[in-house]
Amino acid sequence: MTIPSETTAEPATVTASADSGGAPVGRSPGQLMWRRFRRDPTGMASAVIVLFFILVAIGAPLISMLYGKDPYTQYGQERPDLLNEFGYPLGANGGISSEFWFGIEPGLGRDVFMQLVYGIRTSLLIALVATIATTLIGIVIGIVAGYVGGRTDYFIGRVIDVLLSFPSTLFIIAFMPVLENLMVKPDEETPVWLRAASLIIFLTVFGWAALARLLRGNVLSLREREFVEAAKVTGASPARIVFKELLPNLWTPILIQSTLLLPALVTSEAALSFLGVGMIEPTPDWGRMFLRGTEVYTDDITYLMFPGIALLIFVIAFNLLGDSVRDAFDPKIRR
Amino acid sequence: MQPLLELKGLTKYFPVTGGFIFKRQVGNVHAVDGVDLKVGEGETVGLVGESGCGKSTLGRLAARLYEPTFGKVLYRGQDISTASRRELKPIRPEIQMIFQDPYSSLNPRQTVGAIISGPMEINGINPPGGHEKRVRELLETVGLNPEHYNRFPHEFSGGQRQRIGIARALALNPKLIIADEPVSALDVSIQAQVINLLQELQRDLGIAFLFIAHDLAVVRHFSQRVAVMYLGKVVEVGDRESIYLRPRHPYTHALLSAVPEATVEDEPRQRIRLAGDVPSPINPPTGCRFRTRCWKAQERCAEEAPPLIQLAGNREGHLTACHFPEAPTTSGEDVVLDPALA
Repeated sequence: MTIPSETTAEPATVTASADSGGAPVGRSPGQLMWRRFRRDPTGMASAVIVLFFILVAIGAPLISMLYGKDPYTQYGQERPDLLNEFGYPLGANGGISSEFWFGIEPGLGRDVFMQLVYGIRTSLLIALVATIATTLIGIVIGIVAGYVGGRTDYFIGRVIDVLLSFPSTLFIIAFMPVLENLMVKPDEETPVWLRAASLIIFLTVFGWAALARLLRGNVLSLREREFVEAAKVTGASPARIVFKELLPNLWTPILIQSTLLLPALVTSEAALSFLGVGMIEPTPDWGRMFLRGTEVYTDDITYLMFPGIALLIFVIAFNLLGDSVRDAFDPKIRR
Repeated sequence: MQPLLELKGLTKYFPVTGGFIFKRQVGNVHAVDGVDLKVGEGETVGLVGESGCGKSTLGRLAARLYEPTFGKVLYRGQDISTASRRELKPIRPEIQMIFQDPYSSLNPRQTVGAIISGPMEINGINPPGGHEKRVRELLETVGLNPEHYNRFPHEFSGGQRQRIGIARALALNPKLIIADEPVSALDVSIQAQVINLLQELQRDLGIAFLFIAHDLAVVRHFSQRVAVMYLGKVVEVGDRESIYLRPRHPYTHALLSAVPEATVEDEPRQRIRLAGDVPSPINPPTGCRFRTRCWKAQERCAEEAPPLIQLAGNREGHLTACHFPEAPTTSGEDVVLDPALA
């Protein structure tokens, strides 16, 4: 059989493997994305910052050991040379010294650096769990709505409408005390796990709808593509079509959405703690540090600065990372 | 002899819904409306018609991607028109499809190897030497470099992608391939290559083809028999010579007169220029579907749908659905219905 081959006539499409030398191995869209991402200085810089924050969160006990302090001990109460009679740090700039790197907390006299380091843990852990749960629920419901269609899609669509138009922050502020009344006896202290779990649940319940709607739209357009029909013609099961044909094409929006969702949830968690319905004493938390900072900022502005700047850097870095990931996946978008 | 594939009164309506909040059905798109067609073993049947006449829907019905509203799809005499996925399992490998758009018919996230070996995996076929060896053979069969096994679709041109689609269809050793406009998205030079490839495969492997196209020249080159569709119905069907040289249906005449001529023949061909658009398939005309654009239409055409029958003087198997057929020739007086072109 002699068929004129186009392959020899078109060397332009074969450039990908020219540098590797060996047998031609194609680059997957994922590999191409990674190559583009590595060439993006903003993306790499923000990735380094994000990685640094994550490492600090993971290594918090180690830092605590090396630094020689913990976030709970009230150093200001134990040592009279740290706080004045009104409870404000004696040293300049909120008591920053070689011993207390970021100063000491007014009133209770805890170490600010340690609170900040452990605060990343709390915020990041809650946001991470909520992001993972949100993404999983969003994927499942989005694919079901898009793939099954019909009445299921209509019903899910209306649920998403309700959730997206729901005043979620207001609801959490109003409902958290109610929940606590139900779960905790009046003479008991609110356990930390209850606050953490309810925060995660609330953030997840109000978070999945956006991703589900996005993925539903993607699935709707993908399932009309001919490669899905080609799989059906060969007798592929719905499970195979979803996992082998559709899902690999959905990783891009999923990854982009979750990298942008995580910083948003970190901010939400901090905001809720600031509003008094998030994490409570004595758990170190950025939002709670803000709350305390606003109470004392007229006399000790330094205490407000550290969680503020830390959160700012973290959220900006994470958002830039999300942008870079999106650009790397879709080179057609240029800022 | 029993045909490989037989379509009997095949009909597909797509519901049209309307209304605010409470959706209700307000009508049907009569995409395919009572089509009878046979494809014999190893036979190539061309299906032509203008855009939106239901060719692709018919192909997808035959491949059982859609379930017919009415009518039957018989494969080797077995009714598969309402078969479930499980019941279809043994038949699936024998009917394969080649798609129109080489850019959307290959999953961008899978390697060529995964795309072509996918059908074998799904159907539990383990060729001697393993999937990879078979895929490399198939790549060679369709004229691609077997070394491209680990490449991704975005690294190929349109014609190469279509070859990958063909290799995927061949992976299961099908008896029937439904080719849904396989070359209409390709450059003319590449079209010829792909058509020649399909023809060689057809000859070497004895695969039957249902070849859907709107390019009459391509169909003439490829098909043994040709069916002409208009607005969901087959208006004329017959062997290639009958359709191209002795057409009877006015619509076939009009279609053939629209084919551009490369050479100036001694005898000028009939020119027919139709006026207006194809009527809406939601509310098709009564009687003969073509009567709204036909220059021979009379009252009878509105009242009575013409049956698809063999007219006097036609060859065996040449069926025409028309009350007032044209003379069996491609030359004749020009018919210009469009006032703008008169």
